[in-house]
Amino acid sequence: GCPKDDFQEELVIRPLHSGDIYASFQFRTLWETDFMRGNKVSHYRLFPKSLGQVISKFSVRELHISFTQGYWRTMQWGQPFLPSPPGAELWVWFQDSVTDVDGTWKELTNVLSGIFCASLNFIDSTNTVQPSASFKPLGIGNVTDHRFLRYATLPREIVCTENLTPWKKLLPCGSKAGLAVLLKSEKLFHSSFHSQAVHIRPVCQDWQCKTTSWELRQTLNVVFDLHTPGQGKLEWSLFKMFSRTLTEACPLASSSKIYIDITDDPQGEQFEVSPATHLLSQAMVLGDRRTFSVYDLTQQITFGTVRSLNLLIRWKSRDMLRPLLHAERYVAGYGLQTGEIHTLMYNNHPYRSFPVLLLDSVPWYLRLYIHTLTVTSKGKDNKPSYIHYQPSKDRVRPHLLEMLVQLPPNSVTEVTVQFERALLKWTEYTPDPNHGFYVGSSVISSLVPSIVAMDTNSTREQPLFSSFFPCKEESSYFMRVYTEPLLVNLPTPDFSMPYNVICLTCTVVAVGYGSLYNLLTRSFQIEEPSPGLAKRIANIIRKMRGVPPL
Amino acid sequence: MGLLSDPNRRRALISLLTRLNAPICVVCYMAGVAWFMGLAFEPFTLRTYMSENAMGSTMVEERFPAGERALGTGREFSAHKKKAGGMPVDWLVKTMQSRGLEVFTQRFSRRLPFPDEDKERYMVKGTNVYGILRAPRAPRTEALVLSAPCSPGDDNNQAVGVLLGLAQYFRNQVFWAKDIIFLVNEHDLIGMQAWLEGYHHTNTTGMDWSPLQGRGGSIQAALSLELSSDVVTSLDLVLEGLNGQLPNLDLANLFYAFCQKIGVLCTTQGKLQRNDWDSVSGYSHAVQTMMLMVMKQASGRPWGDHGLFLRYHIEAATIKGINSFRQYKTDATTIGRLLEGMYRKLNNLLERLHQSYFFYLMPSLSHFVSIGYYMPAFGLLALILLLRALDLWIQLATPPPRTEDGVADAEQMSSPGVLSVLTPLVISHLTGVALYTLPIHFQEIAVEHFPVSETEAVVLTAIAVYTAGLALPHNTHRLLTGRGTENGWKVLKLVAVLYLAVLLGCTALINFSLGFILALTLVPVAAFVTPDVPKALSAFIMVILSPACTLLFSVFLFQELQEMPVSFLDGWMLYLSVISQGILDHALYGSLVYPLVALLVYPCWLLFWNILFWK
Repeated sequence: GCPKDDFQEELVIRPLHSGDIYASFQFRTLWETDFMRGNKVSHYRLFPKSLGQVISKFSVRELHISFTQGYWRTMQWGQPFLPSPPGAELWVWFQDSVTDVDGTWKELTNVLSGIFCASLNFIDSTNTVQPSASFKPLGIGNVTDHRFLRYATLPREIVCTENLTPWKKLLPCGSKAGLAVLLKSEKLFHSSFHSQAVHIRPVCQDWQCKTTSWELRQTLNVVFDLHTPGQGKLEWSLFKMFSRTLTEACPLASSSKIYIDITDDPQGEQFEVSPATHLLSQAMVLGDRRTFSVYDLTQQITFGTVRSLNLLIRWKSRDMLRPLLHAERYVAGYGLQTGEIHTLMYNNHPYRSFPVLLLDSVPWYLRLYIHTLTVTSKGKDNKPSYIHYQPSKDRVRPHLLEMLVQLPPNSVTEVTVQFERALLKWTEYTPDPNHGFYVGSSVISSLVPSIVAMDTNSTREQPLFSSFFPCKEESSYFMRVYTEPLLVNLPTPDFSMPYNVICLTCTVVAVGYGSLYNLLTRSFQIEEPSPGLAKRIANIIRKMRGVPPL
Repeated sequence: MGLLSDPNRRRALISLLTRLNAPICVVCYMAGVAWFMGLAFEPFTLRTYMSENAMGSTMVEERFPAGERALGTGREFSAHKKKAGGMPVDWLVKTMQSRGLEVFTQRFSRRLPFPDEDKERYMVKGTNVYGILRAPRAPRTEALVLSAPCSPGDDNNQAVGVLLGLAQYFRNQVFWAKDIIFLVNEHDLIGMQAWLEGYHHTNTTGMDWSPLQGRGGSIQAALSLELSSDVVTSLDLVLEGLNGQLPNLDLANLFYAFCQKIGVLCTTQGKLQRNDWDSVSGYSHAVQTMMLMVMKQASGRPWGDHGLFLRYHIEAATIKGINSFRQYKTDATTIGRLLEGMYRKLNNLLERLHQSYFFYLMPSLSHFVSIGYYMPAFGLLALILLLRALDLWIQLATPPPRTEDGVADAEQMSSPGVLSVLTPLVISHLTGVALYTLPIHFQEIAVEHFPVSETEAVVLTAIAVYTAGLALPHNTHRLLTGRGTENGWKVLKLVAVLYLAVLLGCTALINFSLGFILALTLVPVAAFVTPDVPKALSAFIMVILSPACTLLFSVFLFQELQEMPVSFLDGWMLYLSVISQGILDHALYGSLVYPLVALLVYPCWLLFWNILFWK
């Protein structure tokens, strides 16, 4: 019979303490099918065909791609449900049947580049790495040989409408119905942060995990800036944010819900949500127990008599808990010869230390001096328990540095490494060389101790956003933090006057150097005109007589 | 070069150069000075123009409305400053936070090597407060800085007010593509130095500062605002930074363009530009403006808080509000609009400012002289040194004319030993090292034994070492070889002339003004001095043309150009304070003028002094 497929959509809204508002969309398509083992899958219903073909053609086991415009401000906004670095990020696990991984990766990036209208074709060997520990498969499967993993970021990639449209087209309802009607680009790109992602992975069909399904998650995170100075209560509504209201769920969706995070307001003093709902839900999100008001769009009653849902919230912004883990990075030093990359990792937990995996991928034109690598916490040397370093090859591959560092409680750990700026060939400079060159974000992956002990609720009832990263240990949760990308200036020639330079150089070499060399190496003597025959004979005679010649 | 390959013609050329050496040198000197003076003549200069396309064609509209409110904030700031007796850190943090910025503070402390009597400080402790306006959807890779100093007394309160007003206004705009950092720095340059070192995590001068918590990536440009009155008559643009570094000319062009657009009187070196370039007074006005710039650049000190940014390749300038007795006044709203316009254009930048000139002089804000035009003036002076060196070389290379009896002067033929040249070189450089190190190290001893303050002790020690250098027994070669040989001083002079040429050449490449001023006084010394000239008169001229006296004359000239002439006694006091400031600039910010003069220029001058007393 026809393989079963299922589509769910969900929107989580969290008022942030800084006064901004965070909206996170998730769309999940599950399909019980098998792209592998020579199966020709040709009948697509909910799952987008373009991605299905990519999976089968390139033997992809897992694919994660994100496009982000802006930097997630961990200190102001807390943790995002799904972190992503500024620019584009792509990481793919291939099936172990793939023989030429690099070739397949190259092709895959070009195909994805077309699908998402992005410059993913700029991914090549100079910005691709194979992390040994930081990016483990998130779906089922037992292959962890990192030969089948490829990871690349394009920190300079600018995300805009042309990336959003193809992303929306992957949805079963497109942007015609359901939550996706809210995704209007003129509002989404009038925000402080915008991130969209696609995650494909194989997951278990049931708890016994006898058969597998393919899961496609499309996520979109956006933070709206609601700064209005001198105002106590902040107000927000669906219409104000998206300039749309909701009238129906996507008819193809088995579930369509809106969650509003009301955790910070147990007594209802801070918050005012209208229309009110009695549906409440609790979930563990990033180590914290959160309470949500739930609106089920599949129920007609949600839309009320006006047949339109325009959620409205008023709340007060307050100070917030410092996030347990956050990181920042910068370039130290001045001048165009050397520099130093500083990565700071903050553990704000009052009494627990935890290990983090730091992944740094640095382009070859910053030549890292790995002997200058230092890791210090609280003024003391902090020896990493694992270091994986792959030096760069000029014009071929980047530096890869991965290490496992234990962060002491309540501390800042500083990782520094010095580098030298390479002189590029003149054709290798970008068209805007004085803008600088980008170094992608470093990635910090960690199991962070949970604030609340893990809940033992049945996992089926959990909202989607809480169940992405598999979490084995109950007392801690997985977290990934991206630092800001770096913009580094390289020594740049003055491209505006190549003609002058060529002329001057040629003149100096030809006239100046040539003649000077000539003058310095030759000795000049006045040469007498050669004497006549008579004089020569006379000289021979004089020589025989022992008299000095004429 | 065929000219030189032909021995006959070469001989002719050489004899021409040796016979006419002195006249050619005089002509070169005159031509160099004339060329330099001609630079201020308007028809010889270029009009400024915007080179950066990203700032040129895109017009922006300035709408900053809240000048009055900004001044109110400034008054509030002033009240809190008085109450706190310094930087009102808490108030600033709260105010910036309420304007929607991410606010951070940085503490710093610095013990000066000796008390700064001009600014009355010794142990400096302070706090910088800065707020970052995060650009929406920007990945924290680029930033712009707007700073205002928290000055003692009633100065610059309005600047802080305008800064906070702009922060509030900017926060509600959506077009920012770069983070904007609003910085209020305490203790002017010391605070700025601490902040910049913290931002770039360098430590060049041994200052203590707490690490910065928030950053905005690589800083593309910075402006520092100084404003001490509610209304101003004109805005002055200060460009000269540490070690004579200048920001890209496009930054000055940007300022000028907006002053023109908004209708604000703008000046550079405090001088308005005039239109009557063809009159004598118009020309002398341009010369004054240019000379002021040359003097300021030559001093190597940062002339505003922007001066320290330049080391980090951040284009920066200071904008000073000037309130004089003129009818036409500009209010804070207009200044705010001007800054808004400048920041919006800087925000449009796709690359760092690099299109326009980094080396230039400005005889007025609308005209500039680029490096290609002013370098010949220095080149003509440096040519004298090369001609003299050539002359000496030829004298040393050609054997002296044989005497009638055919016996060559054996002693003259023998080349002087290495020691006779090396000894004066080493001694004069040791004197230079003493001049560089002793003043700061001996201040405590000096204070114990003499009734002077530490600062006076440092300056007087410096002058004492300098004078003692003149009295040192330089003619050590006599101890080595019996008596000074004729060739001995020629070799020494050849070495000294070439040394001076290299030294001045390198200096002029980095800091043209310093190189040119030093060349003006040292080149004549180098050219004329021999052991055979009249001792007393020459010695007097040499002392007059020595680096220390150059500085003294520069102080008087500078005051004259600023139209604030001083009496000799005041000038002398000013001179002493300039010396102490120079040493402080070196210790605090890493200015290189003092070590350059003490370790290289002064020893080089001593070599010529040595030649004078060779016999």
